Amino acid sequence: MSTLEIKDLHVSVETDQGTKQILRGVDLTINQGETHAIMGPNGSGKSTLAYTIAGHPKYTVESGSILLDGEEVTDMSVDERARAGLFLAMQYPVEIPGVTVQNFLRTAKTAIDGEAPAIRSWIKDVRSSMEQLRMDPAFAERNVNEGFSGGEKKRHEILQLELLKPKFAVLDETDSGLDVDALKIVSEGVNRVKQDTGLGLLLITHYTRILRYIRPDFVHVFVAGKVAEQGGPELADRLEDEGYDRFLGASA
Amino acid sequence: MTSTTSTLEPGQHRIKAHSDGAFVPVQTRSERFASTEVADFEAVTGAEAVWKLTPVRKLSALLDGPLDGSAHPLDARTGDGVTIEWVGRDDARIGSAGVPEDRGSANAWSGFEQALAITVAGEGREATVVRSELGTAARAAHTVITAAPQSTGIVILENRGSAVLAENVEIVVGDGAQLTVVSVQDWADDALHLASHFAQIGRDAKLKHVVVSFGGEVVRVNPSGHLTSEGGDVELLGLYFSDAGQHLEQQVYVDHDAPHTRSRVNYKGALQGEGARSVWIGDVLIRQSATGTDSYEQNRNLVLSDGTRADSIPNLEIETGDIAGAGHASATGRFDDEQLFYLQARGISEEEARRLVVKGFLAEIVQQIGAPELEERLLGAIEAELAAAQGA
Ligand SMILES: Nc1ncnc2c1ncn2[C@@H]1O[C@H](COP(=O)(O)OP(=O)(O)O)[C@@H](O)[C@H]1O
Ligand SMILES: [Mg+2]
Repeated sequence: MSTLEIKDLHVSVETDQGTKQILRGVDLTINQGETHAIMGPNGSGKSTLAYTIAGHPKYTVESGSILLDGEEVTDMSVDERARAGLFLAMQYPVEIPGVTVQNFLRTAKTAIDGEAPAIRSWIKDVRSSMEQLRMDPAFAERNVNEGFSGGEKKRHEILQLELLKPKFAVLDETDSGLDVDALKIVSEGVNRVKQDTGLGLLLITHYTRILRYIRPDFVHVFVAGKVAEQGGPELADRLEDEGYDRFLGASA
Repeated sequence: MTSTTSTLEPGQHRIKAHSDGAFVPVQTRSERFASTEVADFEAVTGAEAVWKLTPVRKLSALLDGPLDGSAHPLDARTGDGVTIEWVGRDDARIGSAGVPEDRGSANAWSGFEQALAITVAGEGREATVVRSELGTAARAAHTVITAAPQSTGIVILENRGSAVLAENVEIVVGDGAQLTVVSVQDWADDALHLASHFAQIGRDAKLKHVVVSFGGEVVRVNPSGHLTSEGGDVELLGLYFSDAGQHLEQQVYVDHDAPHTRSRVNYKGALQGEGARSVWIGDVLIRQSATGTDSYEQNRNLVLSDGTRADSIPNLEIETGDIAGAGHASATGRFDDEQLFYLQARGISEEEARRLVVKGFLAEIVQQIGAPELEERLLGAIEAELAAAQGA
């Protein structure tokens, strides 16, 4: 069984005003098959944690470590992390002009697996996954994220999750900007992937809404760059009732 | 600021617009001197507005020298409804689309003895003319492409091998016709090529004009589209890949001269290697007569290494208050780090991610040509350019 361990992680970013400390000692362990929700107010550093796991060059790890089955992830390049089994569903997926979804997916799959997928079964897999995510087949011919609506971008992220089959996936506010129908489709997709591959999930969200569709095993409340409290699913229910005020008050 | 070199400041890696304000040219484009006689032009010094970004010293054979104006070797492939023939200087079609505005173009006009006349009639017509054996003696050439009223078709001009060539290409698009003209410069490394394309677009007619430049030492293709009749539409597209030591230039001109005309100019280029250069100048003139005009022009350059220089200069002149739209954009920048991150986060190596991004950047133009077989070949040529540049 695989494990993703985050230990005393401190992360900063360079801004025009100088170095800004964002993560201040994050500790978190996720086993394969577990679903962890990270909830927290805007600006608390959730996306920073997601980007740091994926290796975005803007974020500097000051100290601490991220271990995937004991291997130091922070020493790996972005693409090495993905090939090692980490996946980030982005909050704001970028457009890539002139690169079709079809070409992109095949290139990514080939890179992750180290060999090109068998054509027949690949085409079938892509088609059925798109169907289940209610994506029009015409999407395959479109350029990556170009002119996609917010909901279409998120479905496209989950499509990649399903096809690339990572060991651990971080979903950064995949629920934000989705209407109820889209939220259901996306959640069903995530649950399906979890059932099929048994991956570990780190579900980042601002709202409790998505947790009605994807049940977390653990909930971590994230405030001012670290985990302020953790518990089971019942913690999410409490947050739903009380909001983040209690934690914000404490940290102010 | 209207031009950039690739010495960008650290961190300034996203494509950034650097020219969006109104631009007031010194002299209106419509008053530029024009003549078919080379003797009417002064010797080129390199200080002239139309030459100041061009390595004129390498071009003396074409600007000053005598040119061989005889019929040149070519390989033509045509289907039904297209005729290709050599005609004399007195052919009525010659001079119907434009008059030279610089000495190189005038030297070609004064020097040609026979012109290649390509005529498209009917619908869905196709013709390809390949020139691959022009040799290294300085030549003049003249081509007239005529699309009969209501006809539709595509004419592809492909250039390979060595050449020292000055030429004019006239394009006459009849009323209601829809014509695509693609000129591919895939010359050998030593080629010198000066070309002016003059297009006259008829009533409710449409021209899609594409300039693709990959090979050659100095390649300067200047297309102009004259919208002389109501409802005319011109799309001027271009893509170029400038490697070490190459100079690829295009001075584009759209002349809106009738009501309800439309133009779109979109040129994209990549530069890689020491001394790789590109020049794009885009003039759009909307005359008083051109009410209800809709126009947009843009140029984007992707800088792939140090030591390159891309000049990008849009000029917009508007003489009427009644327009439907007019805009321009110009940007030169390095890779978008967010695009690279997205691809790498899916396991794709940095090198392959760069290749995908550049190919995609240029493919946006290729995808608009509308000729699948040619598009396929051009994408292959872009791959080859990237492979060669990365191997270097
Ligand atoms: N690239 C960056 N440059 C400057 N500041 C940043 C950058 N990324 C994040 N921050 C700052 O760090 C804090 C945490 O941001 P983020 O991780 O996006 O929070 P969340 O996802 O929880 O809303 C915010 O104050 C934000 O402005
Ligand atoms: Mg966020």
